[in-house]
Amino acid sequence: MRVTIRLFARLRDLAGSGELVRDVPGPATVQSVWRVLVSEMPALSDYERAMSVAVNADYARMSAPVSDGDEVAFLPPVSGG
Amino acid sequence: MAVPLVAVGPGELDLKALTEAVASSGSGDGAVTAFSGLVRDHNQGRRVEFLVYEAYEALAVRTLQRIVDEAHTAWPDTRVAVHHRIGRLEIGEASIIIVAVSAHRANAFAACRYTIERVKQIVPIWKHEHFAGGDVWLEGAVADPEDEAARQTAYKIACA
Repeated sequence: MRVTIRLFARLRDLAGSGELVRDVPGPATVQSVWRVLVSEMPALSDYERAMSVAVNADYARMSAPVSDGDEVAFLPPVSGG
Repeated sequence: MAVPLVAVGPGELDLKALTEAVASSGSGDGAVTAFSGLVRDHNQGRRVEFLVYEAYEALAVRTLQRIVDEAHTAWPDTRVAVHHRIGRLEIGEASIIIVAVSAHRANAFAACRYTIERVKQIVPIWKHEHFAGGDVWLEGAVADPEDEAARQTAYKIACA
């Protein structure tokens, strides 16, 4: 199945792109999508301890299921205001 | 066009328009408080030249709405509106404006303070600081809207 991965701020800089489309094996979770990403870009792995995730622009957990066509976002610690 | 009560976008922020948008609806209102966050020329010993704000816009708008709803639950006689700017901002420009309207001043002040504290905790927006000699992404809180302890911290600061 195919998912769109969104990356922001320093994660986006590290990956060199803010939006990636990847095929991942189903059934998938946010965690398994993250593993696909990190296997391709090991430099991102440090963020696993300090990031938030979202599925289809709603905050989610690493264990949340991911379906074909979903948008999965990985968010570094925030600094708005 | 009606001014939305929550928004994220690149346009210059308009405190007067936002105040009118949130204050217009009730003759029971007794207090209006406003907060503007400005781009400062220094941060952690660095001379800041400008900031570039980035957002996950769809989730940022949703999360601002959540915060406004939380504030209304905590202070039922109070309404809050908040706009956050993104893109390149120069020193002295406003990055965020918040207006709280209430029957009573204590709740208007508290709701305003609560909103900025929660923005810093959970809204997916990031500052890219450009300073004399380099640039750095600022990283604050790991956003978790379900973290009740963080919400309580914001509430206690608001009511201090």
